[in-house]
Amino acid sequence: MAQPQTLVDKLWAAHEIVPREDGQSLLWVDRHYVHEGSFHAFSRLAERGKAVAEPDLTLAVADHYVPTRGPRHAIANPDIARMVRQVEENTAKHHIKLFGLDDPRQGIVHVVGPEQGWTLPGLLIVCGDSHTSTHGAIGAYAFGIGASEVAHVLMTQTIWQRRPKRMRISVDGVTAPGVAAKDIALAIIARIGADGATGHAIEFAGGAIRALSIEGRLTLCNMSIEAGARCGMIAPDAVTFAYVKDRPFAPQASAFDQAVEAWSKLNSDEDAEFEREVSLDGSEIAPIVTWGTSPQHASPIDASVPDPVREPDPARANDLRDALGYMNLSPGTKLADIAIDRVFIGSCTNSRIEDLRAAAAVLAGRTSKVPGLVSPGSSTVKRQAEQEGLDRIFRDAGLEWGESGCSMCVGINGDIVAPGERCASTTNRNFRGRQGPGARTHLMSPAMVAAAAVSGHLSDVRPLLAGRKI
Amino acid sequence: MEKFTQLTATACPLDVANLNTDQLLPARYLKWPRSAGLGKVLFQDLRFDQDGRERAEFALNRPAWRAAKIIVAARNFGCGSSREAAVYALYDYGIRCVIAPSFGDIFAGNAVQNGLLAAIVTDATAAHLLGRLDRMPELPVTVDLEQQAISFAEFRCDFSIDPFRRLRLLNGWDDIALTESFREQISAFKDNDRSRRPWAVPVKEN
Repeated sequence: MAQPQTLVDKLWAAHEIVPREDGQSLLWVDRHYVHEGSFHAFSRLAERGKAVAEPDLTLAVADHYVPTRGPRHAIANPDIARMVRQVEENTAKHHIKLFGLDDPRQGIVHVVGPEQGWTLPGLLIVCGDSHTSTHGAIGAYAFGIGASEVAHVLMTQTIWQRRPKRMRISVDGVTAPGVAAKDIALAIIARIGADGATGHAIEFAGGAIRALSIEGRLTLCNMSIEAGARCGMIAPDAVTFAYVKDRPFAPQASAFDQAVEAWSKLNSDEDAEFEREVSLDGSEIAPIVTWGTSPQHASPIDASVPDPVREPDPARANDLRDALGYMNLSPGTKLADIAIDRVFIGSCTNSRIEDLRAAAAVLAGRTSKVPGLVSPGSSTVKRQAEQEGLDRIFRDAGLEWGESGCSMCVGINGDIVAPGERCASTTNRNFRGRQGPGARTHLMSPAMVAAAAVSGHLSDVRPLLAGRKI
Repeated sequence: MEKFTQLTATACPLDVANLNTDQLLPARYLKWPRSAGLGKVLFQDLRFDQDGRERAEFALNRPAWRAAKIIVAARNFGCGSSREAAVYALYDYGIRCVIAPSFGDIFAGNAVQNGLLAAIVTDATAAHLLGRLDRMPELPVTVDLEQQAISFAEFRCDFSIDPFRRLRLLNGWDDIALTESFREQISAFKDNDRSRRPWAVPVKEN
């Protein structure tokens, strides 16, 4: 009998072109996403006078540098304007489809890909962005690469990889109302650490994962990289197939039915072995916030800022002291007592329609005590949110309803958090200076950001949801 | 790409875990072309305060380590963003080797593409080196890729690296030339795959 295989093994085998004896393999790439930041790779192509091997398997979006507040075409900063222009020029030259500023499908690459059916189960997907792990939520093998590898994929439609170790993270039980995929992600990272999954491909499994919508699964797989994983994935199921059906670039009609037949086999065999297994009880997960400068610095909202003195490992104690120094927090402070200056709802982690609905459910009829920006994940999400009247709820609460892009998650379009300001944010990285030099970031779910907005400080969303439809 | 065989140089200790690529190169410099000089903004916000004054406490600002070609770091060096420009910044500053117990996967891949050695040592070895460098900052460290060995005064240890990456660094191999030698296999795979997985091709837009 054939050896039982994990989902990762099956996806790997389907893409392997040339295995080397030293463990590296040349893999076929089904989809390649590029963006403004891919300019180094296009320069390399130009230096070598090479063409793009498979332009039809390459899709470009303008997301990292596009303005997300105010007019989209009058980019004041000439360097930022150049970044947006460059991706237009490079994609036109190489006959690559671009969802640029004028395209109604424009948005963040990791939102747009699944939304348009460009991302499908069973595909190997790469992009010069670490959050490419997001696409694993659809049952794809998806990972971020650097600029040289982007150039390699453009020129050859292949990539060299070492087979990752297999790790299964099972979350069983039923999560409580007010606990979102982001809380599951932060609970996992707090447990295994920011390098807990280095060198591994994570398969998320268990009842609490199956119960997640595709939006929730995208959030969870998005955060795999924050645990150091090469990629994260969830075996495709009926929820996945229903999501993919009728998306513009997905197989249609009988071709779709045939695809579903193939996709249904993409799961780990019963006796398949994983190098590492981790399990969590979903019913024990509370809403979580970060208090430090790494996503592993995360605790339930009813906890307090940890005390470095109580940390027995000196290196960890130092790490804590540094983090608390940067965040300007004292040990023992209740997390729910930390006052904030601003909120941000957006990014490839949490800007999909379900995220906006979750935040709006808390904000409806209430006012934000701090300023903030809501940046929908794609122009499609933006239109849908407006049809549902969510923009109205955000505006009435006093928040700014912006355009789609990476925005204040990384701040390279100019939308930054001011030095010293504290921001409750639905993004993925609370690194020093991530949202701007000197900015202090607290990561949490969209509903928790909304709760922080209406309270003016970090706050448990659960009491605020009493009597509300969520 | 420049080959890496052996290097003897001063080594700067950076005893910080999870030193992510946002610290190596803050996002606001990502729009710079490499020719703008990314080395001068390496670790910008750790090396300099908001007024552009050097932070004396940052190790790379100490006289003994300014010209270091090696960095010894703690776990998970280069985690986070995939920005390859973080490696350009290290390399253009003059760094040729980073020694740490673990690296961000994408960073380690980017390093080999640019002739930068990411050498993996045990937690204990990293801690030992970090401590010794603090006491003997000027003493050079030798990193030998052929032997996969590090020596520092009387101290000797091995390091690990993916064998394929080691070969590429030792020979200064270009992976694109290597891949192109498999052109026939790639083309055969593609033809076969189109009938095996017809659904894997995106639907044409109307």
